[in-house]
Amino acid sequence: MITGILTALLVVTVIGVVAGILLALASHFFKVEENETVKAVRECLPGANCGACGFAGCDAYAQAVAEGQAEANLCIPGGPDVAGQLSAVLGVEVSVEAPKVAYVNCSGDCSAVAQKTIYEGLQSCKAAAMVYGGPFSCKFGCIGLGDCVAECPVGAISVKDTLARIDPKTCIACGKCVKTCPKGVISLVGEDVVVAVACSNKEKGAVARKNCMNACIGCKKCEKTCQHDAIKVIDNLAVIDYAKCEDCGECAKVCPTGRLKIVDMKNGVIG
Amino acid sequence: MDVKALIIILMSSVLVDNYVLNRFLGICPFLGVSKKVNQSVGMGISVIFVMLVATAVTWPVQTYILDKLGLGYTQTIVFILVIASLVQFIEIFLKKYIPSLHQSLGVYLPLITTNCAVLGVTINNITDGYNFLESMVSSLGCGLGFLLAMVLFSGMRSRIEESDIPESFKGLPVTLVAASFISMAFFGFAGIVENLLA
Repeated sequence: MITGILTALLVVTVIGVVAGILLALASHFFKVEENETVKAVRECLPGANCGACGFAGCDAYAQAVAEGQAEANLCIPGGPDVAGQLSAVLGVEVSVEAPKVAYVNCSGDCSAVAQKTIYEGLQSCKAAAMVYGGPFSCKFGCIGLGDCVAECPVGAISVKDTLARIDPKTCIACGKCVKTCPKGVISLVGEDVVVAVACSNKEKGAVARKNCMNACIGCKKCEKTCQHDAIKVIDNLAVIDYAKCEDCGECAKVCPTGRLKIVDMKNGVIG
Repeated sequence: MDVKALIIILMSSVLVDNYVLNRFLGICPFLGVSKKVNQSVGMGISVIFVMLVATAVTWPVQTYILDKLGLGYTQTIVFILVIASLVQFIEIFLKKYIPSLHQSLGVYLPLITTNCAVLGVTINNITDGYNFLESMVSSLGCGLGFLLAMVLFSGMRSRIEESDIPESFKGLPVTLVAASFISMAFFGFAGIVENLLA
């Protein structure tokens, strides 16, 4: 009986040792030289695999950066920190853009817009938008079925009163919501901006007002008030050129509809 | 040994004795990697590949080493050992020589290192008394059956994701219910294959 146990033990051990030696030899002889730069770059990245850089994930981006096929400042969640680390690893200068956050250019919640149709189909903004431009009277605004909520990798978006709201403190500015929104009401703005336009309606003033109580009516007061030539009414909608904006906030003070909102993204104030 | 017997083995391992749906082996990847069709195809192809290679190695190990020494009972542990190191070896080999295949199989290979479907196929081949050729055919069939189940189920799941499910059933519960339906459907194949070529 003892011999039986011993034989079994011996056979299993021998098979195990042989397999182990084979694997050790294999890993030695078939070793693939991994690029040291790729490893170093990968260690700097946050590893959220959010895809904001435009690559399949952190690994793919690290590969691309190390091979010089991608800029080192594309990691949006990592922001200036990661870009700085990468520039140290790669030994090149990396220009850093100001950190951004996603902002919903709409304030048409259910108290402001009229229900045009009752939509009972697939609960998705993309599907609803295909039916007469959505269930609300304003065909430019947020539909509020939460395609962006589903897309957000960090849970920064919530829908309240049929209007998506983004918590700028949680947002990592990956831009997925911007891409997925069928109405295009979400945009990426600098984290340090003071004024944001909370409307996307391009209809003429009276029509816009009729369709949404909270619409920008294109009155051009802001355009006249701005000393820095930074705000323009284009297609009946105020548009801010943040490159020129001096953050004085005068335009928001004169806006009769209150669609120019004073915001403080860093502290989570979105107007 | 004729072709007809081989075809019967193949068809019955794909449809009647489907590893996932009738023997309930390999449920983990079946539930885990079946959210998207392309992922499930990748997983299925990897499983076919690993099943074939594993059988090609474990059958001789059983026949020429374990049976000769009367150690048939150490089958399970020896097979786990052999399959695990084999998959590791294949991964290292592919990484070096066929990087494109490694990229497409890469994620799935470590996942199926000790998958019970793979182990089950190799052990069942021995239990059923198949010779080498029959074992390989049976492994191929089981792999194809796994692929079929994965693809069917991932198609079903993508439909489920879009439907309106009661709150308490969301997520895993409804997935398991769907899996049981698809499994019941497969019970309908029982008895077909034997008469298919009669």
